Amino acid sequence: MSLIRTLLARRETLLLCAMLALLIGVTARFPEFATPASLANVFHDTSILIILALGQMAVILTKSIDLSVAANLAFTGMTVAMLNHAFPDLSILVLMGLALTMGLALGAINGLMVWRLNMPPIVVTLGTLTIYRGLAFVESGGAWVNAHEMSPAFLELPRAVVAGLPVLSWLAILAIGLSVLLFDRTPIGRAFFATGGNAVAAVYTGIDVGRTRFYAFCLSGMLAGLSGYLWVSRYAVAYVDVAGGFELNVIAACVIGGVSIAGGIGSVAGTVLGALFLGLIMNALPVIGVSPFWQMAISGAVIIAAVTINARAERSVGRNILRRKEIVL
Amino acid sequence: MSEITSARHIPDRLDSPLSAALRSWELLLVLVAVAIFIANSLASPYFLDPWNLSDATFNFTEKAIIAVAMAFLVVSGEIDLSVAGIIALASTLMGAVAQTGAGTGTLVLVGLGVGLGCGAFNAVLVTRLRLPSIVVTIGSMSLFRGLAYVILGDQVYKGYPADFAWFGQGYVWWVFSFEFVAFLILALVGGIVLHRTIFGRQVFAIGNNALAATFSGVHVERVKFILFLMTGVASGIAAVMLTSRLGSTRPSIAQGWELEAVTMVVLGGININGGSGSILGVVIAAFVMGLITFGLGLLNVPGVIMSIFIGLMLIGVIAVPIVFRRLAALRRRG
Repeated sequence: MSLIRTLLARRETLLLCAMLALLIGVTARFPEFATPASLANVFHDTSILIILALGQMAVILTKSIDLSVAANLAFTGMTVAMLNHAFPDLSILVLMGLALTMGLALGAINGLMVWRLNMPPIVVTLGTLTIYRGLAFVESGGAWVNAHEMSPAFLELPRAVVAGLPVLSWLAILAIGLSVLLFDRTPIGRAFFATGGNAVAAVYTGIDVGRTRFYAFCLSGMLAGLSGYLWVSRYAVAYVDVAGGFELNVIAACVIGGVSIAGGIGSVAGTVLGALFLGLIMNALPVIGVSPFWQMAISGAVIIAAVTINARAERSVGRNILRRKEIVL
Repeated sequence: MSEITSARHIPDRLDSPLSAALRSWELLLVLVAVAIFIANSLASPYFLDPWNLSDATFNFTEKAIIAVAMAFLVVSGEIDLSVAGIIALASTLMGAVAQTGAGTGTLVLVGLGVGLGCGAFNAVLVTRLRLPSIVVTIGSMSLFRGLAYVILGDQVYKGYPADFAWFGQGYVWWVFSFEFVAFLILALVGGIVLHRTIFGRQVFAIGNNALAATFSGVHVERVKFILFLMTGVASGIAAVMLTSRLGSTRPSIAQGWELEAVTMVVLGGININGGSGSILGVVIAAFVMGLITFGLGLLNVPGVIMSIFIGLMLIGVIAVPIVFRRLAALRRRG
């Protein structure tokens, strides 16, 4: 009995149940929605969100927030697309490496300001959010890079099918696998949890809190850079406003997945399920005939609902054993 | 402890070991504003024309009204990122009501009412359910603007009554527009309330130490509730002015304004972690930002580039004092 109760109390179980209910509800009317091919398509559609959410999770775990991921994605995506247009013979692996490095550098800028200057992460990333997107405008002059200006190899990679799934899906699976190792099995992964859980205790155990935050921003930036290439290639177009406002979906995925905005609580499984939950809703909307204009309002409502549920769960269960008890009045 | 004072003085600004220049942050801002003013008047012979200067104020008064209300919220240690979303929803609903042939009075009431309602929505979530305001308002930002998209889609509302245009385009006296005069009055009232009333002291007390404020008999949640209502109404006022000035509504109206309002607040010397700052600083910061964007506009700089400047300003304003403080500490030690 107690096993069932613990399972029910877990966010992952709750999310799975909600997703199943949603799936059954939609499938009852539209049977073609639940076919394996259609579900694989939902996963494919959500891959970039999953990759970004895993990076964001590291940042939120350390009690910070990274609002600049979508702008980083747009800037990096525009850069690799323009490079591909200018030098079509440049290897895709080189471009991907470049996207990773550039994203990492942009994330490191955020991280350095948070770490060395002790600036509030929200202000830093609100600022870099406009700066990075502005720089995408500066380098492109506001022009678009369209599909016919990209090399076939550049467009082919994410959608090439390997063992039944497109490469983009495999990259998301790889990111999930590596994240499980990173967050649960490495000192830096545990340091993310400790830093957000109780910074004072973390310092006493020998963790450099500032440096840990810096690493979290680097990870988030690096994954945003990779997503820049993936996004531009998947949608076969690069322009300044690519993924505008997508940072909100990324944060929503984390919050829905049970990552506490107060830091220290979260899991890879939860975050992935949170992203898939959003992906499932967004893919179900057109199927059941709801206008796409509902998307923004729904993500907003889901964020608020999720954070409300999180707050209740944290208050009652106390999964964060390191946090000092606050005086409740 | 050389002497014991009868009542402990709580300074508006906590970071007193700063250099003298920073202690008079407002003076620094005024100097910057004057410098930009001179640069602009040298760059363009038309700049000093009273009507031109009056036009320049339209750039920032709506955002500045929000910034004044936001200043209260930030001093108390909270933030509202949904202000631009509130404008979008309020403007859309005003447009919807205008289509039914409603008069100007009704439209203004709708705008202010939507602002108040949205503010109350945020307030309930933050104070009753005790959720972090940053996540709540990130959520309500997309909820409010999302509802505007649901109502309006890719359409546009036009056809506002002719006398409705006065709020965004009318003049009270000579070159002084209604928008500008309203901003000055609201800023004056805001300054008096924050710095000269018990309520204002309570806001500072909450921002410095909410727990201590509670034990001193301050109704922390009630004060925060009022502050969210204030920001909501300020966004409603801005929505009335902006809709009246543009004469049309799209769901993408006022996109990114939350960033500019927060930048004004931070540039004005309000501590982003709460507890210190002044309305005067915010007002001067609004002028500084307005003059910069207007000056860049005269030089034909595109909007995206201006937003880079704003982003750099937001970061620089916080980073530069920290760097200077570090350098000063190094010099003292060395």
